[in-house]
Amino acid sequence: MKQIVVLSGKGGTGKTSIAASLAHLASRTASIVLTDADVDASNLELVLTPDRFVEHEFVGGQGAFVDRDLCIGCDTCRQVCRFDAVLVEEGVYRVDDTGCEGCAACFYQCPADAIEMRDRTSGLWFRSETPYGTLFHAHLFAGQENSGKLVSVVKQNALVWSVEQRTEYMIVDGPPGIGCPVIAACAGAQLAVLVVEPTVSGIHDLGRVLATTDHFQIPAAVIINKCDVNAARTDEIAAYCAEHELPLVGRIPFDTVVTEAMLAAQPVTAYSEGPIARELAEVWSALA
Amino acid sequence: MIITVASGKGGTGKTTVATNLALSLLGAGDGTHRGSRLVFADCDVEEPNAALFLRPLLSEKEAVSLLIPAVDTESCTYCGRCAEVCQFHAIAVVGQKVLVFDELCHGCGSCALECPENAIEESPQAIGHVEQGRVGSMVFCHGEMNIGVPMATPIIRQVKHIALEHCAEDTVILDAPPGTSCPVVETLRGSDYALMVTEPTPFGLHDLALAIEVARDVLGIPVGVVINREGVGDDSIDAYCREHQIPILMRIPLDRRIAEAYSDGIPIVSALPEYQERFVALYDQIMEECAR
Repeated sequence: MKQIVVLSGKGGTGKTSIAASLAHLASRTASIVLTDADVDASNLELVLTPDRFVEHEFVGGQGAFVDRDLCIGCDTCRQVCRFDAVLVEEGVYRVDDTGCEGCAACFYQCPADAIEMRDRTSGLWFRSETPYGTLFHAHLFAGQENSGKLVSVVKQNALVWSVEQRTEYMIVDGPPGIGCPVIAACAGAQLAVLVVEPTVSGIHDLGRVLATTDHFQIPAAVIINKCDVNAARTDEIAAYCAEHELPLVGRIPFDTVVTEAMLAAQPVTAYSEGPIARELAEVWSALA
Repeated sequence: MIITVASGKGGTGKTTVATNLALSLLGAGDGTHRGSRLVFADCDVEEPNAALFLRPLLSEKEAVSLLIPAVDTESCTYCGRCAEVCQFHAIAVVGQKVLVFDELCHGCGSCALECPENAIEESPQAIGHVEQGRVGSMVFCHGEMNIGVPMATPIIRQVKHIALEHCAEDTVILDAPPGTSCPVVETLRGSDYALMVTEPTPFGLHDLALAIEVARDVLGIPVGVVINREGVGDDSIDAYCREHQIPILMRIPLDRRIAEAYSDGIPIVSALPEYQERFVALYDQIMEECAR
């Protein structure tokens, strides 16, 4: 089984549109499993029209609560909290749930046993069926912690499934950035496909995501999306790829058909047979 | 006054709106806006891009560290209390050995506080850095997380610490990272207004709704919307904002000139100076919304 993760560093470069198309193209000749590893803003389901079969709660950790009846107002909890999560309003202590990382330092230090640690259900994860293969995806509840942990749970379940079903490919739609959810999305991948747009930000962020995949020793290939927005920057990226011996597997021009396909809730390769779909078909044959 | 520019979905134009808003106020008011000092902070420490457009003169750099436990093997009795209290499984006691997994440690200090032998000392380990300087008379700061480090929030906290020093009198613009989880919450906490930049596509709408849930419903911050690349998709954002009574404060059309200027790191207000007035008007509208 070959695991391919689509990343970009910068958000909005076209990761999800490309991942959906690769899934559609791959499924024509092989069996695949899909994972949406962007649990903050999971969009893959919007173009794959999945039927949800299984739903699970995700308990990401715990949060601290102050029992006002037991609290003696000694201020210990506020002093030990390194996340500025303990608030005092008119002498009443409480924990700001959005700041609490669940470390329990206050729980252990409170001399009056006035702090309780409670489980936090911080998201849901799903197994769904799409026209192209089984999809594992999730929703992290608004403002919750532990998106990296939820990504790991989703991926772990997808891996077990792929072994059971003997799928040939696992296609992972990654989150933006380079932090914990990206590291979790990368784990175990044989190839990272980096989607970059020819802009100063895109190039800057490509450098950082590439340093991240290198750090975890994952081979990478590059796709330049909206390559015609700035021909000189596209050449700059091509030269950078040549210099670093990175395969440049696609140059995709800007085309409103990509948004049209999104509005039609389809991968662009399923929606159209135009130049974008042909270029993506070549990308897949280079990656497969 | 703290305005955070956020979005949920990446690549919708957060940095474009934040930097052009700042430059417009800077240009209109000679570095102060109606008497208040301007401060800009890029809180996307995983992929900081605002400096590419604002080109600040940076004068100070400071490492951001996490306090990681180090166990003194002389006084340790291997009782296992540190491993028991660590909620992140960052410390394990195996026989006569204590293992610390740096990348899992949140730097909370609980193990050091709980150790009955006082055998744990914490030492700072760099996870990134923050820099500050000026763009004209505007204060600028940003942070950068080291490669392979999972946790962005301590660096965001440090960037905000610099930016919010005089926030009661200043006008502070925070450029948020994408998403809806901890880095975004850390950026939004304490803001007076959340300006959500979106694009009129199904992805844009889906992620806008999630970001508004975080800002307005979880954190209680008033929100307004900027529609970027108007014309690219449909009018579902308009319908959503109408239904949820969220004001649309600005519309930026899909315009190749803007995309080309952006691709070379040129702010809209430099390429198309007529936008300066529009961004100042956006600021005035935010003020009106906050006064409600």
